[in-house]
Amino acid sequence: MEDPIDYISIASNKPKGARPYFFEDPAVERVMNITMAIGMELAVMRERMDSIERLLDEKGVVSREDINSYTPKNKQIETERQQWHSEYISRILRIIQQEMEQMANPDKTLHEIADDIDKM
Amino acid sequence: MAKNLPPTYDKIAKHDVFPETTHDERARYNFLANLNKHLAHVSQGNATAFKNRVQPKFMEEKGRDFENKDELGDAMAKDQHYQTWSALRRCTMEMRQQAGRSLTYRQAAELKEKVNKLNQGKDSLKLNDEVKVPPYLMAVDNHLMPGSYHTELFEGDVSNAANYDGGLFVTTAGLLGRYSDGGGKAMADWMKANNPDFKPKRILDIGCGIGHNTLPIAKMYPDAEVIGIDTGRPMLSYGHARAMSLGYENVKFVQAEASKLPFEDESFDWIQTTMFLHETGGVSIYNIMKEIHRCLKPNGITMHIEQPQYTDDMSMYEKWIRDWDAYNNSEPYWSKMHDIDPIDLLEKSGFDREQFMQIGAQAINDLDDGTQKADEPEDHGRSPIWNVFGAWKK
Repeated sequence: MEDPIDYISIASNKPKGARPYFFEDPAVERVMNITMAIGMELAVMRERMDSIERLLDEKGVVSREDINSYTPKNKQIETERQQWHSEYISRILRIIQQEMEQMANPDKTLHEIADDIDKM
Repeated sequence: MAKNLPPTYDKIAKHDVFPETTHDERARYNFLANLNKHLAHVSQGNATAFKNRVQPKFMEEKGRDFENKDELGDAMAKDQHYQTWSALRRCTMEMRQQAGRSLTYRQAAELKEKVNKLNQGKDSLKLNDEVKVPPYLMAVDNHLMPGSYHTELFEGDVSNAANYDGGLFVTTAGLLGRYSDGGGKAMADWMKANNPDFKPKRILDIGCGIGHNTLPIAKMYPDAEVIGIDTGRPMLSYGHARAMSLGYENVKFVQAEASKLPFEDESFDWIQTTMFLHETGGVSIYNIMKEIHRCLKPNGITMHIEQPQYTDDMSMYEKWIRDWDAYNNSEPYWSKMHDIDPIDLLEKSGFDREQFMQIGAQAINDLDDGTQKADEPEDHGRSPIWNVFGAWKK
């Protein structure tokens, strides 16, 4: 039996040849690639949810109609669900919040702080 | 009713060495097949961008039209739509490789075991350590497949072959059929229909890979001995096990190099290549064709399924966009091969000029339920529409 191979790292190996970049700024391409991979994982999750819903329906546990017509039954559930959305969006758009904080309270760079600390 | 939906991955044909997939791995492939299909539509925007803004801007600035493909390419490279489409397409190819590699390499040991079980004691698989992978295959990982056709991460590793087997279905969005054999089927059907009296006894398929296009020929001519050759060991081992599992008895897989065929003069009735020549090199292609001529019997035939030819009536833009895969999907000879005249290639290899023939071919797809063709744009390098050329040896 061979040593187990590191398939996670191997899966992402680059092919031979320098990679072409199409946007002027490679950062845009990097972000697009990461975003598309996440987009794919969301689609995978969506398909899994669909499988679960159909299985529940088939087995008579919960019908798809029940799921489609579900609405929160009380204020607590409503709050929990809305809070989840709120937190989720805040998480995704973190960088914009941080840029706004910086705009409101312009901060020193870490190089400047390092120089400051050097004198402390 | 939604149109142009690719078949789901579970429709792919299984066999005893086919890699196992989890629910999420199949879902990932479903996403990628749909993304490929979607990008074929996005690619149509390139022509619009060229016509409506790239070309007019160039003409306004220079007072003339493009003089060559390089000039045109430089101008298109600055276009936002082209950049977005290109980046997405490259990204999709890379995601396809990663998705396939993660699922095959995680079961690499099991795949090896399954393949060994089917191959053990069979003389229809002939591996030969002395056969070297030719330099044109060592220079690049064709279609961004890291490690190409020959790499084994350990002795007997067939992961890359298994990745190729499942991945074809995703990249082509299922248009080659359940066994990804639409090209081989088209060829076999053409031969039978157009040459009903031709009864080949010995058939050679050069660059057979996992044999997906070899098997339909073996099925059409059950009395013939069909030999597939390749330099990639994992492809041959996996391909042989695949053929055994599918019940083929008239196919052999032999490790051999196309420009040094280990066969006697005039020993084959039919020598075939399918989507192989564009993955060779500028010198080798002539050596290979000479070997084909040497090994063909008189009144034998050679046929080659390839990408569509560039024709004189094709616009400069059309030729340029068809080159995309050459440089961005690592198929470098794809573009250069278009500079070769196939008639000249055959004539220099010993065939008679008058024997040259050329036909168009389209994949025969057993998954086609009629919902997939409407309004489908041609996706250069993905569409199962090919040029087939060849000659009878007289």
